[in-house]
Amino acid sequence: MKRTHRRRWQAAAVITAAAFTVAACSSGGSSSSSPGSGSSSAALTASAPGITATTITIGSHQPLTGPAAPGYSEIAPAANAYFSYVNAHGGVYGRKVVYKYLDDGYDPTKTASVVHQLVLQDNVYAIFNGLGTPTHLAAVSFLNAQKVPDVFVASGCECWNDTSKYPQTFGWQLDYVREGKILGSYIKQHFAGKKVAYFYQNDEFGLDGVKGLDYEIPHSMVVSRQSYVPTNTNIAPQVTAMHASGAQVVAAFSIPAFMALLKLNSLKLGYSPTLVSSSVGSDPITLGGLVTAFAKQGGATVNGNQLINGIITDEYLPALSTSDSWYVLFKKIHDQYEPKAPLDGNFFYGMSVGYTFVQAMLKAGKNPTRADLVTAIQGGLPQGPAVAPYSYSSSDHAGATGAYMGVIQNGVVVQQGSVLVTDTSASGAITTFSGTEQQAPASGIPSP
Amino acid sequence: MTMQTLPRRLGAAAVTAVIVWFLSVRLDTFRDYQIAEIAVYVPAVAGLTVLTGLSGQISVGNGAFMAIGAYATALLLLHLNWPFIAALVASAAATAVAGGIVGVAAARLRGPYLAGATLMLGVALPALAFAYRGIFGADQGLSITFTAPAFLGASFPLTRWQAWVSAVVALVTLVLLANLCSSRIGRNWRAVRDDEVAAALDGVNVAVTRILAFVVSAVCAGLAGSLLAIVTSLVAPGAFTITLSIALLTAAAIGGLGSLPGALWGSVLIVLVPTYVTDVATSHGLSSSVGSNIPIAAYGAVLILVMLVFPQGIQGGLVGLLRLFTGPDQETRTAHDAPAPHATPPADEAPASHHEKEGTT
Repeated sequence: MKRTHRRRWQAAAVITAAAFTVAACSSGGSSSSSPGSGSSSAALTASAPGITATTITIGSHQPLTGPAAPGYSEIAPAANAYFSYVNAHGGVYGRKVVYKYLDDGYDPTKTASVVHQLVLQDNVYAIFNGLGTPTHLAAVSFLNAQKVPDVFVASGCECWNDTSKYPQTFGWQLDYVREGKILGSYIKQHFAGKKVAYFYQNDEFGLDGVKGLDYEIPHSMVVSRQSYVPTNTNIAPQVTAMHASGAQVVAAFSIPAFMALLKLNSLKLGYSPTLVSSSVGSDPITLGGLVTAFAKQGGATVNGNQLINGIITDEYLPALSTSDSWYVLFKKIHDQYEPKAPLDGNFFYGMSVGYTFVQAMLKAGKNPTRADLVTAIQGGLPQGPAVAPYSYSSSDHAGATGAYMGVIQNGVVVQQGSVLVTDTSASGAITTFSGTEQQAPASGIPSP
Repeated sequence: MTMQTLPRRLGAAAVTAVIVWFLSVRLDTFRDYQIAEIAVYVPAVAGLTVLTGLSGQISVGNGAFMAIGAYATALLLLHLNWPFIAALVASAAATAVAGGIVGVAAARLRGPYLAGATLMLGVALPALAFAYRGIFGADQGLSITFTAPAFLGASFPLTRWQAWVSAVVALVTLVLLANLCSSRIGRNWRAVRDDEVAAALDGVNVAVTRILAFVVSAVCAGLAGSLLAIVTSLVAPGAFTITLSIALLTAAAIGGLGSLPGALWGSVLIVLVPTYVTDVATSHGLSSSVGSNIPIAAYGAVLILVMLVFPQGIQGGLVGLLRLFTGPDQETRTAHDAPAPHATPPADEAPASHHEKEGTT
């Protein structure tokens, strides 16, 4: 009895000792890989933390697991696929982009932790495309205090555009206020005299969007304002209220899952308003799939792609159609580097933001410091995949300034009319963009 | 005996403080941040281990008390510009009130019913941040700025200051808890845990004793929440999901229920294991769908392994290992009851210093 006990303890001791050794080795191994060893091209120097003669190391926090993971977890691998393509075709001035994105599970505490790790331990040059508003807010002060470039945050919150408080931080995607204004002006023009209801997520995303809608839509037109929280999937009361208000148009600022629930709940009530949705909730591949899947869970068989036909939305990236040069380029990279991922709006987003980063790095120069990247972006970036120009200047860190309106038809967003641009103020006009959309470069890599 | 334990514990705390100070100065700034993260969890786990291990009550909602402490601190720092130490004390007072209210309800519930009630608290409370967005800032939460004091110099790393503040609060909490546990209150908790009827016959007020345990555990969680606020500089509901409450319970069980040094072990484990496993997973070039889920699976595997090897938790296991070397001993009490075997160097001290070394080098 005593013997077996003792043996068990000895075994335990061996196991724990082994475990600690493994842990020690692995952590040592990963952190010792950074020092530059390249010596080939004399012109390239280790000009900043995270930059060696051969590599540019950048980091990000992403919801790879947890509630925000479905869909959004595709973005970082997509950006990484683009970087792999660039690396295979000469890199950025000969340097390879190393993209280290860590899982934060959409938990701000975890975000703070992984961003500290990336900056203090992994010595990344910049934080790129950190995803989510509450999560990134837990990192933004630290990044600015450390003077780490914090570029192209994956959130449309207006908060990133604050050059006095966050001089290192840049937004990228169309912000929700601009988006609300563009959708609102469309509703005002095309549905004059009709009753409108709002359906929005009860956080900054939905509220910023509603702010933009309210700038454009006369208050007398709005008969019902319904919000939801992402943790409660029972939205029957909200849909019933909108039905009862007699709204003929529903303007929605919701994530894809709640767009799908909105569609199915209205179907159940025999309520069929015209849906006008933010681009956040309207990626046709994601949305159609969710409608089908949710209906199946409820025991019904529906054709999701057919049901979402006719939803009006806006898009700040080109449509996923074979006639678009960006789609052709991104599909080529997708098929080569990340063929198993669905080629949907999220993937397109990741590729596009990766492209923008390479543009910025090329502009920052051959041996950039961290400040050079900030200066380069503030000097303005060429348009790239986004359909409207970026707003970047020394006093504006917002990002894309416009979008086009479209209608979902057979799984794609079909463009209606031209690209519209605006600002985030209540009085700022919405004008037609006079420039043209950029074509993807034949090489697939932006020219310096 | 009680005459000697206080100086001994103070000595152990001082030794640990010196070790933390030494590590924080010698190691890089990210390790400082990890020390701070560990120290944030220590008071919460210690409070929970006392509640569950000593008074025999379970709480699956201590994350909610952390939220109360964190929001109280953030509001006081933001709107009234209080110094942190004052905000810390006020947050502890606020969570004491909350803990008392919950404790009154909890004193009537047992086992799964108590777990259910506290679970509800853990799930429902963070939702208040959405209901009163004007005060609590909803999803975006409250951002606070916490800086190192000016006398340390402009180049003093903030993470080191965060580590120091958190470690001091954690150690003071541990010393106070240790004294409380060996006092009459602690004996009453054990008596109530083992047999309520017998305890009542001996003149122990069962309800008050149980409520007091809840208050103590809530105050500890409130202190942890307060520390969390200054370490992450953001207080948002996303940080206080039910996952947090379960992580606290996990840390308490892994460390050894009822053992204060075990609380240190548990905190080290829940902070460091996910980081190390992520490093391993990302450095082997696994596809992202596999790589991103491996840390969670490995974390689970480590927990299972520890519980299989050390059914009494890490602290219980260490005491057992110690006995291997000291030979068969006269100890009759289990590690569950007495975290510190008196024959050997004080266990309060030894594992504490150990774990800091292993955890941070």
